[in-house]
Amino acid sequence: MEPIIGQVHSIETFGTVDGPGIRYIVFLKGCPFRCLYCHNPDTWRNAGATAMSVNEIVEDFLRYKKFYDNGGVTISGGEPLMQSRFVEELLESFRALKVHTVIDTAGSVPITESKKCLELASLVLLDIKAPNEEMYRRITSQSMKDTLDTLDYCEKIGKSVWIRHVVVPGLTDSDESINGICDIVAGRKCVERVELLPFHKLGEFKWRELGLDYKLYDTPAPTNLRMAELRAIIDKRCKRL
Amino acid sequence: MKDFVSGKWDHHIDVRDFIVKNYTPYDGDESFLQPPTDRTLKIWEKISDLMKQERDKGGVLDIDTHTISDIDAYDAGYIDKEKEIIVGLQTDAPLKRAVMPFGGLRMIENSLDAYGYEMDERISDVFQYRKTHNDGVFDAYTPAMRAARKSGIITGLPDAYGRGRIIGDYRRVALYGVDFLIEEKKRTKENFNNPSLNEESIRCREEQSDQIRALKKLKALGHSYGFDISAPAKDTKEAFQWLYFGYLAAIKEQNGAAMSLGRTSTFLDIYATRDIEEGRYSEADIQEIVDDFIMKLRVVRFLRTPAYDDLFSGDPNWITESIGGICSDGRHMVTKMSYRFLHTLTNLGPAPEPNMTVLWSTHLPDNFKKYCAEMSIKTCSIQYESDRLMRKRFGDDYGIACCVSAMVIGKQMQFFGARTNLAKALLYAINGGRDEKSGDQIGPQFLACRGNVLQFDDVMKKYDVILEWLASLYVNTLNVIHYMHDKYCYEKIQMALHDDEIDRTLACGIAGLSVVADSLSAIKYAKVKPIRNEDNLCVDYVIEGDYPKFGNNDSRVDDIAVEVTRRFIEKLKKVPSYRNARHTMSILTITSNVVYGKKTGSTPDGRKAGEPFAPGANPMHGRDMNGCVASMMSVAKLPYEFAEDGISYTFSIVPNALGDSEDARETNLATLLDSYILADGHHINVNVLNREVLIDAMDHPEKYPQLTIRVSGYAVNFIKLTREQQQEVIARTFFDQI
Repeated sequence: MEPIIGQVHSIETFGTVDGPGIRYIVFLKGCPFRCLYCHNPDTWRNAGATAMSVNEIVEDFLRYKKFYDNGGVTISGGEPLMQSRFVEELLESFRALKVHTVIDTAGSVPITESKKCLELASLVLLDIKAPNEEMYRRITSQSMKDTLDTLDYCEKIGKSVWIRHVVVPGLTDSDESINGICDIVAGRKCVERVELLPFHKLGEFKWRELGLDYKLYDTPAPTNLRMAELRAIIDKRCKRL
Repeated sequence: MKDFVSGKWDHHIDVRDFIVKNYTPYDGDESFLQPPTDRTLKIWEKISDLMKQERDKGGVLDIDTHTISDIDAYDAGYIDKEKEIIVGLQTDAPLKRAVMPFGGLRMIENSLDAYGYEMDERISDVFQYRKTHNDGVFDAYTPAMRAARKSGIITGLPDAYGRGRIIGDYRRVALYGVDFLIEEKKRTKENFNNPSLNEESIRCREEQSDQIRALKKLKALGHSYGFDISAPAKDTKEAFQWLYFGYLAAIKEQNGAAMSLGRTSTFLDIYATRDIEEGRYSEADIQEIVDDFIMKLRVVRFLRTPAYDDLFSGDPNWITESIGGICSDGRHMVTKMSYRFLHTLTNLGPAPEPNMTVLWSTHLPDNFKKYCAEMSIKTCSIQYESDRLMRKRFGDDYGIACCVSAMVIGKQMQFFGARTNLAKALLYAINGGRDEKSGDQIGPQFLACRGNVLQFDDVMKKYDVILEWLASLYVNTLNVIHYMHDKYCYEKIQMALHDDEIDRTLACGIAGLSVVADSLSAIKYAKVKPIRNEDNLCVDYVIEGDYPKFGNNDSRVDDIAVEVTRRFIEKLKKVPSYRNARHTMSILTITSNVVYGKKTGSTPDGRKAGEPFAPGANPMHGRDMNGCVASMMSVAKLPYEFAEDGISYTFSIVPNALGDSEDARETNLATLLDSYILADGHHINVNVLNREVLIDAMDHPEKYPQLTIRVSGYAVNFIKLTREQQQEVIARTFFDQI
């Protein structure tokens, strides 16, 4: 059988913010979303990808293994679940090696595609882009159905989930908006943590380089104060779910 | 007063035995540490003010131009006579620099000139009749040595200044008192009395006599401050004071390139533990003594030329203190004093000196690891070196001289050899032994590379010839230098604090390794087309296609770096050395990577003429693309066996990339250090800071008087770097994630 080949954007050997401990991060190419604030628009399409087999990645990881004893592997993107067959095999291989695995996803593919991956990963980082369908479409240009299905499925199988949500001034920084996120998360036992990430300007240059039309040049990063206020809402409503 | 546990150490000099029998490992956390006292803060304020005046005056506050510095040459000097706990200054006033002319008179003249001073005629008169080290060296240098020095293929040689990199065992002064040390030296001298006195034993007899005289001066130094240090120190305060007098004597006698302190903290903890137990001092008292001692180390100054500063910027003295490590009986050697020394970075704020070096092992207690990580994140003032690699070779009582050079304290010394520019050597290989900038024939003459595309095998063959030539020239040059240094500028007091039998190493060094590896990789895996000038010299290169770059854990190029390292040390070892010193090598540049870059033409890796090299063994700026673990793994592949004098890696990361909470950042950094050491990495400097801070500090130095960063092998006050060096530091890879 032909080995499955993944379209890899890049590898980061020292990730510390995408899952617990120090992590080896595989960034995969391809994403169905076109989020207004995307900081990696260079991962949307497959062009320029490095083709790598599961074995190549596992072997590369093993060369560094001792660095990740308290961490593990994170598969990110793009939307890693766009290459779900490849990710399944990758997760299976790491599972056999007893390596902690994380999928960093926005849940943007149908659950029928992604089920197996969710089952195999040790932890799912699920990015919920917006609290409601209208805002979701505005930000991502897609429906939020698949994301909600993903969360439902994780709840069903008892998979640990860390919710992430990007706070963008003028888009998702109202109390109402954050309360909407809390409404989605509330009562779900699988959710261990809710992280609010501040929108930042560091990815702008990539839009420019790719000749894409960026809508947020004038949008500032949220202030530390505002982030603290919003985190207080999360703390109040989502504490130890 | 309780007696210490006795052992071999009471009968003859064996400080290690004393330590191992008496020290108390500490596994707890930092909660016992005490804040600075008002007295400490007042003195520190006074010093900070003097340092500001020093900066405002262009870097030098004052110079005593009338005195030839020596152990007993000055009256006692104080910062605040009433309030100081540990006393002693290099001259009679703080930050006043001394004239130490035995290394070379020209260096002194140039320094004085640069700062608007004139040498006292009485001093220049002396040197009408007395030669210096520098005079001796230039009497013996061959034309080839002069040419290599001038072209910059060998640079930074200690031929006009003190060689340094010798650590006196200053602990001996405290443990034994000076009288006992003198008696031991007298005995040694008699042992060099045999029926057939040869050149070496005559030299040894003369050296022992010099050492005895220096020890007598050391006693006089104590007297001038009102202390009798002929007998052992009785308590903690005396132990610090005695030890410091030993060190002070050394820095009054020698303006060495690196004047390291050794491994003193765990030794001193033995006194402190006993005194606290017996109620003689409180924890706050002990910390106050430590703070006072560290302040003394922070005001050490040497007179140096602006040219020297270009090479080693920021007024460094490498007062390196080695902390932690593992004892050969399996216990770790972290004590409360390890914490107290690092705690001065909190009590007095960050500073480049003393050069705090943690001998890291995965077996250090977790509390201490986390504390180190915390202090690194807060201050960027600590470097880490692998106890695992060094203990195997040097046992458990070694210290670091300068940046990365391990040596057994009191038993070993090195002949410091600065470094040779291997990137320039590669250009000589391509250009048939001619210098790529001047066109002069510096190396052996042979056919330059021909054709439109460089061929890997052809270049390698030629490179090998150049390396062979360079190794021989380099070792011979060092032989001349150290012969003369021993003769005209012998380190009397430092060697008096050594055993009589000394293990000597010839510490050679290389710069530009990542440039060489990338260049050879480009030639091998891409197409490199040389651009020749009208004189047929290759002065630039066009690269077609991509190639593997050092710093990405890619064995195709990493193996080249290993191979070049191996070849060069093997070639060095073939050339006989002065006093049968054992050849070693370091991959370390300090800040000289900037000057080396300036003196080197464009290289086949795409680096343009004049651009800085990466520091030490670092991958070239911005070429390590897969995160810091990959970068570290490439560096860790360089075998310590080939570069026993040290492999320096400098790591800079923005705080957020280290983790999203303080706790995560500390844990992740400690894990990273553990893993780097397990991967056989030797040395790592850790900087945790945002690039924006550095950029702001360039424009507003007054806002950052104590901003300290680690460069290659030492810490430096950022605002004291030259503008070019500041820019180079900012251009380095800062690991970040978007």
